[in-house]
Amino acid sequence: MRLFAPLHRLWLIARSPAGTLSLAFLTLGGFACGVVFWGGFNTAMEFTNTETFCLSCHEMQSNVYEELSRTVHFSNRSGVRAICSDCHVPHSWTDKIARKMQASKEVWGHLFGTIDTRQRFLDRRLELAEHEWARFKANDSLECRNCHAAAAMDLTKQSPRAAQIHQRYLFTGQRTCIDCHKGIAHELPDMAGVLPGWRDNPETEDTQHRVQ
Amino acid sequence: MKARLLLACALAFGSPAAAQRLQEAPRLTGNSPPTTPVPALPVPRTVTDDVRRGRNYPEQPPVIPHAIEGYQITLHTNRCLTCHSRQYIEGSGAPMISVTHFMDRDGQVLADVTPRRYFCNACHVSQADVQPLVPNTFRDALQAK
Repeated sequence: MRLFAPLHRLWLIARSPAGTLSLAFLTLGGFACGVVFWGGFNTAMEFTNTETFCLSCHEMQSNVYEELSRTVHFSNRSGVRAICSDCHVPHSWTDKIARKMQASKEVWGHLFGTIDTRQRFLDRRLELAEHEWARFKANDSLECRNCHAAAAMDLTKQSPRAAQIHQRYLFTGQRTCIDCHKGIAHELPDMAGVLPGWRDNPETEDTQHRVQ
Repeated sequence: MKARLLLACALAFGSPAAAQRLQEAPRLTGNSPPTTPVPALPVPRTVTDDVRRGRNYPEQPPVIPHAIEGYQITLHTNRCLTCHSRQYIEGSGAPMISVTHFMDRDGQVLADVTPRRYFCNACHVSQADVQPLVPNTFRDALQAK
């Protein structure tokens, strides 16, 4: 009981009405503090969405970023660039917070050097990639669709084959972007045992064709 | 006679005259001297019409009638084989890699593509509608008259 005595005293202070502070000071001050806290919180969170923050870990800089720099999402004719967070962090607030909390495990991995050499990174690459594939699959490739809308696709500007496949699989909702477009921004892990995207569907999966 | 012999010796042992003759031959690629910068030509658009092209001679590797930009062919993965391998042609409708791709150098047929035929774009190339860089007088042996 003695252990909780200081806590109990704090609780009594919190319960009693303010003696000298005015109501306006408390409400407006509380509001101002809230604005500062909320603004600071979101600013700090937005900072963790910047390329500078991601690349401050050498695991990101010398593996995935270097690979990204050779792809169309880094440099292209119209000069639009996707940075790490555009594809790997959900844009809506609650999903973003959820993802940021998951990412605390990545901080752990950085502190303990889980993937601190190229070889260690390659050894775990399939596992890491599968996490992202599963995330994209679950949210119907939401981060792709933040920029690429099926409704905005001009099929006449696509190659006949791409247009046909998009019509058959994407527009009908049978597949989502990540099913076929794995490895567009980074190198792929060892894909032995991973079926090609157009087959990667449990309903239509034919086990006798599975590559081992 | 003596002069001719001397000239022959000079040519054989790499005289300045021989070096000059070498320099007069036009370079096939790049600049002369090779360290000077070359202006980058625009990369032509790849033919992507998906129409299979004929072959100019029996051993010609078939050309690729679609874009292959960004296709990964690495130790870990081969994008081409996700459609052209034996297991997947039924669903993809792509032509299967020929049986020679399963043979090792002793002619032994393996279960899967042999390592020496793994790197597709060592022989198969996509096409673009461009002017040839050098003149070519090749004629099909069966059609040439």
